[in-house]
Amino acid sequence: MKPSRSAFLSWIYDPKIRGIIAQVVTLVVLGLLVGWLAHNAVTNLAARGIASGFDFLNDPAGFGILQTLIPYTESDTYARVFVIGLLNTLLVSALGIVAATILGFIMGVARLSKNALVSALATVYIETFRNIPPLLQIFFWYFAVLQAMPSPRQSLGWFDAVFLNIRGLYLPRPIPTEAVTAFVVAVVLAFALWWVIARWAKRRQDETGQPFPVFWTGLGLVVLLPYLASLVFGSPFTWELPQLRGFNFVGGWVMIPELVALWVALSIYTSAFIAEIVRAGILAVPHGQTEAAMALGLTPQQRLRLVILPQAMRVIIPPLTSQYLNLTKNSSLAAAIGYPDLVGLFAGTVLNQTGQAIETIAMAMAVYLTISIMISLFMNWYNKRMALVER
Amino acid sequence: MKQKTLLAAVGAALTVAAVAPAQAGETMDAIKARGEIRCGVSDGLPGFSYTDEKGVVRGIDADFCRALAAAVFGDANKVKFTPLTAKERFTALQSGEIDVLSRNTTWTMSRDTGMGMVFPAAVVYYDGQGFLVNKKLGVKSAKELDGATVCIQAGTTTELNLADYFRANKMKYTPITYDKSDESAKGLEAGRCDVLTSDQSQLYAQRIKMANPDQYVVLPEVISKEPLGPVVRPGDHEWFSTVRWTHYAMLIAEELGVTAKNVDEMKQSSNPEVRRLLGVDADFGKAIGLPRDWAYQVIKQVGNYGESFERNVGKGSPLKIERGLNALWTQGGLQYAPPIR
Repeated sequence: MKPSRSAFLSWIYDPKIRGIIAQVVTLVVLGLLVGWLAHNAVTNLAARGIASGFDFLNDPAGFGILQTLIPYTESDTYARVFVIGLLNTLLVSALGIVAATILGFIMGVARLSKNALVSALATVYIETFRNIPPLLQIFFWYFAVLQAMPSPRQSLGWFDAVFLNIRGLYLPRPIPTEAVTAFVVAVVLAFALWWVIARWAKRRQDETGQPFPVFWTGLGLVVLLPYLASLVFGSPFTWELPQLRGFNFVGGWVMIPELVALWVALSIYTSAFIAEIVRAGILAVPHGQTEAAMALGLTPQQRLRLVILPQAMRVIIPPLTSQYLNLTKNSSLAAAIGYPDLVGLFAGTVLNQTGQAIETIAMAMAVYLTISIMISLFMNWYNKRMALVER
Repeated sequence: MKQKTLLAAVGAALTVAAVAPAQAGETMDAIKARGEIRCGVSDGLPGFSYTDEKGVVRGIDADFCRALAAAVFGDANKVKFTPLTAKERFTALQSGEIDVLSRNTTWTMSRDTGMGMVFPAAVVYYDGQGFLVNKKLGVKSAKELDGATVCIQAGTTTELNLADYFRANKMKYTPITYDKSDESAKGLEAGRCDVLTSDQSQLYAQRIKMANPDQYVVLPEVISKEPLGPVVRPGDHEWFSTVRWTHYAMLIAEELGVTAKNVDEMKQSSNPEVRRLLGVDADFGKAIGLPRDWAYQVIKQVGNYGESFERNVGKGSPLKIERGLNALWTQGGLQYAPPIR
């Protein structure tokens, strides 16, 4: 009865079933390995008398923090410290991403400039900052630039409102008054109008070919409407000015040098990479496109903005995403100069005060993973929107 | 170094996850099998543990590691030093990367109970937290520090004491928390902060490293109790007792006037206490797996407590710290050892 036996066993030779079996086996082995490690860790922690679990998050932290975006006192919990560290990381990453993108695009375009001086300067900028490790750049901006700043009593001051010294940049802090509602409404309205005008102008240009100065009109609206609102309803803010009292300036809004140094260093370092990505993207657009745009009589500015960049973006966005992820992850170098980011504050101070190494490190890793995946998802969505739609 | 710390912590977490459960005598057996003691010390603190120009690790904490090696092996050089930052130190001990942490670490209840570590009640240095300020500020007392910016080292009891002190005195402050003690000292020198706070011994040590030490002054207030001593993992009673009694032997030696120079003559002494200490009459080392002459070797090769103190932080060192609380109990200090009998 050979044929029936081979029929019984034939499923073993089915590549599809084999594939499924291989995947199931791999999954089970991986699951067992993770389970074994976790079980071992829990057993050993218990054997060594190390408390485990996340109960410590509800204990009071008891230490001070340099920069908190939400209110914080020493009696607040470790959970709140976690949120503060997270917000500080997000703040410097967001600031860095914006600045690095702007700088990177300017430098990338400048490197392709026909002006020899401009392109040489851009080349020097890119090659210098791309090739120095980010930690050294952070130290440079922190210690080299910090040393040059005056002490609080010899601060550089402008109009008795803005002060610069070694403790940071002190700015007046706006305190909203009753008129702030009208002000906010005016701002929102201005942007809404800008959007409506942009749509109308696009439709008109599609139909008649007549261009309309959308940007300048919009900018005018955004400035003018809030200004009118504050004329009619009164000033939306009163300003709290920083004042020298005792050792330091009190009041106002302060931008600490740790944040500035980290922001500047991360932006410049990442912008050098972005510049190269932008250059590659622009070079990827066939020269014929430029020539066609010239033939249509577009100015050099219009050529870049309307023809070259939109096509270059398709090449630029995927590697740009990686740079944003890198910048966010590099922000963990903050601890070196005392900026209270997630790693320095939570995986550093909190880990040491509580001794909960596994829990704190796992939480910090989960946060970076989440942030990275979110940036990645957003950029993929944006990439799909920008991608060439084939018809 | 951030990444290094992270790496160490992750590594430690994985090690904790993978090693076998602790057994009694495990650490001591491993040390004897390996032939050297792995000792965690500071990453550079004059007087306590630092590397000198010849590449030798010196200081009172480093000498304590040598004393342990002398007790176990009869050879003070069988030590491997591992420099650790304040943040790395506990993970390194918990994960078994080092056998003993001798790194100006404050003995507190939480560290002694819930963190997989035990302090063998051997206080190598009684310290307290103080403040170092620039003379230019004209501050005479810590009570005048309302509104000051303070540089600290991350992951220390100092961070918590500072917050407590300012809260208790209803004063405000801005903390700047650096990873390493050198960076926090640099912060003070650059003028980023008004005050540097740390254990007083560390402030003296940091001050002599500065470009212009006379420009800075340590304020009189001591705001905390900081008993600094070695730490081990729980579960190995032999090793725990070795660490504890090595310190006590050094204290008793000072009390009895036994020094590195006269220890050989002292073996002929008729004083029964000296004879018991040096293992002439009885073998006290046997119970914890040490050779009969363990204390003799410690004193011969490293010296008594007073000798180690004066050589590293006292009159014979650039720090010139007074004995103060660290004098023997017979001389008005706190250093007191139970008897060997």
